[in-house]
Amino acid sequence: MRVKKHPILEEDTRVPDAIIIVDGKEIPAKEGEPIAAALLAAGIRKFRYTAKEGKPRGIFCGIGRCTDCTMTVDGQPNVRTCVTPVRNGMIVETQKGLGRWSDEQ
Amino acid sequence: MNKGVRYTGMPSLEELQNSPGTPSLERIEKGSVAFIECVQDIPCNPCEKACPFGAITVGNPITNLPSLDEEKCTGCGVCIAKCPGLAIFRIHKNYTDDTALVEFPYEYYPLPQKGEEVPCGDRAGEFVTMGKVSSVKNPKAYDGTSVITVEIPKEFYKDVRTICRKGMK
Amino acid sequence: MKKTQTAIIGAGPAGLAAAIEVAKAGGKVTLIDENGRPGGQLFKQIHKFFGSREHRAGTRGFNIGQQLLKETEDLGVEVLLDSPVYGLFPDNIISYLHQGKEQGLQAEKIIIATGATENPLAFPGITLPGVMGAGAAQTMINVNRVLPGKKILMIGSGNVGLIVSYQLMQAGAEVVALIEGAPQIGGYGVHAAKIRRAGVPIYVSHTVKKVIGSNEVEGAEIVALDNKWQMIPGTEQVLDVDTVCIAVGLTPLTELAWMMGCEFTFVPTLGGHVPKHNRDMQTTLSDVYIAGDISGVEEASTAMEEGRLAGIACSESLGLYSPEKAAELKRDVWNRMDTLRTGSFGEKRRDAKESLIKQSIGGLA
Repeated sequence: MRVKKHPILEEDTRVPDAIIIVDGKEIPAKEGEPIAAALLAAGIRKFRYTAKEGKPRGIFCGIGRCTDCTMTVDGQPNVRTCVTPVRNGMIVETQKGLGRWSDEQ
Repeated sequence: MNKGVRYTGMPSLEELQNSPGTPSLERIEKGSVAFIECVQDIPCNPCEKACPFGAITVGNPITNLPSLDEEKCTGCGVCIAKCPGLAIFRIHKNYTDDTALVEFPYEYYPLPQKGEEVPCGDRAGEFVTMGKVSSVKNPKAYDGTSVITVEIPKEFYKDVRTICRKGMK
Repeated sequence: MKKTQTAIIGAGPAGLAAAIEVAKAGGKVTLIDENGRPGGQLFKQIHKFFGSREHRAGTRGFNIGQQLLKETEDLGVEVLLDSPVYGLFPDNIISYLHQGKEQGLQAEKIIIATGATENPLAFPGITLPGVMGAGAAQTMINVNRVLPGKKILMIGSGNVGLIVSYQLMQAGAEVVALIEGAPQIGGYGVHAAKIRRAGVPIYVSHTVKKVIGSNEVEGAEIVALDNKWQMIPGTEQVLDVDTVCIAVGLTPLTELAWMMGCEFTFVPTLGGHVPKHNRDMQTTLSDVYIAGDISGVEEASTAMEEGRLAGIACSESLGLYSPEKAAELKRDVWNRMDTLRTGSFGEKRRDAKESLIKQSIGGLA
């Protein structure tokens, strides 16, 4: 859910100006915002599943330290979505385990 | 039983009574006056300069509790938005025969409208009484902190410190 | 290899303040940060800061950030963004990544101002999506303007837990409860009073027993603690929350100082292992200074003062200030910093800092 009106901060008038494709589905996003922010705004909280037990993980530290929020972005696994900015047309995939490179056999 | 602000997040009656920021009962009867509900020795002093009448003193060390000179205080309420802790209130107990005014800082969205009937709450956010919004101030100098005044039945002037946020939806 | 006079790692409040001081003294500064914009965690601080008027008390954190950025621009400080520093090597060589490529930078002096990271807390369910650091939630609501959830449980009653609870409500969420393991609230009473007035219950001597949910947070079970910090059976209650925020302190981000070979000491009050340093913020390596949370976790206002101190001392060692002038400037900073460390909340940190500085001096070159 996006926070538009706020008592202290100016009204957020930025409108989604980009589309990212998350597991095949189009999600509105704002160019330059962290991928994780666009996902939370769309109500998506599960970003990846762990290698050993297949347990879900989402955003935890939000500053690029913990790597809990990593996903496969444009074919590259283990991308920290909390510090990686959105670009229009990005392909974002829920990562399973350690992930795979898109050109991996 | 409120053991005090360190345990409950609410200053206790005893803490408030012992605070140099609390006006005397005689002063409260006389007219509008500030209530400074700041009862811990934190390093902070913007309130001191905020008062145009020099009625608030922190001095040295900066952790002194703000002290209210109740004769100098005109009850103008200018200090309310200047306290980073949002701990200053203005009370006008004898506003009319039956009602008192309570003024407080408020930083939530949406803001109430002047004239609106609103649920008023105490230091725990619990409903105390309905009140009528008599002013909503939010000039640029307040830097986002709105200052709201409600008119309430007089007997609740010691309790009401906010509007119930949960009742504002 | 690119060269500079003073390299500052981290463009948060400490790094920015340090850069301003060195540039004011006439030094050439390169400020390096891993993020896309400078400011560190200052831009998510939307509350009015405490302190004295000289500390710009009463000004909201993000506005202080804007002022610092303007000063660094006006002074012509070079800022390298999107540049995570991954290594410090002999001869003061700084290695960083920029646009996927390794870059090197050699400096006469280095100021490390890398800040701190939030502590986790071990409980069943901590890994569920929806459990996050309070700082992460704060970044989401105040910088990125998205809510991480609607019904929040906050764990920890230090100023971070209290302030982020307040700001989550300002962003439109409900804070269902705030719990604290200790028998007393850790942060300022005025911050606690703000969230109490909004109807948030604060449970002291309580902890989280588990967070419930199969794929993400669906609730949380809290429990009372006795005076030996043991859970009291029968006092459990389940809260209807979709998000759990953890605010149980921070740990200094010290990897680069370890790598460089700075000597360390362990000070729990300051967040754990911190590089030894003297009153000039100089470490056991004479060319390396530290400032802000890396030297002991405090607040943004003290971080800025430490940054100024490191910047002045660094300028002095570069010959940009006479010892007399530097002494005068440093005295002013120390006076302001001592002010911030007074009172029952600041004294513990001041005592810890003082004993750290005392024991460090013996080890300094």
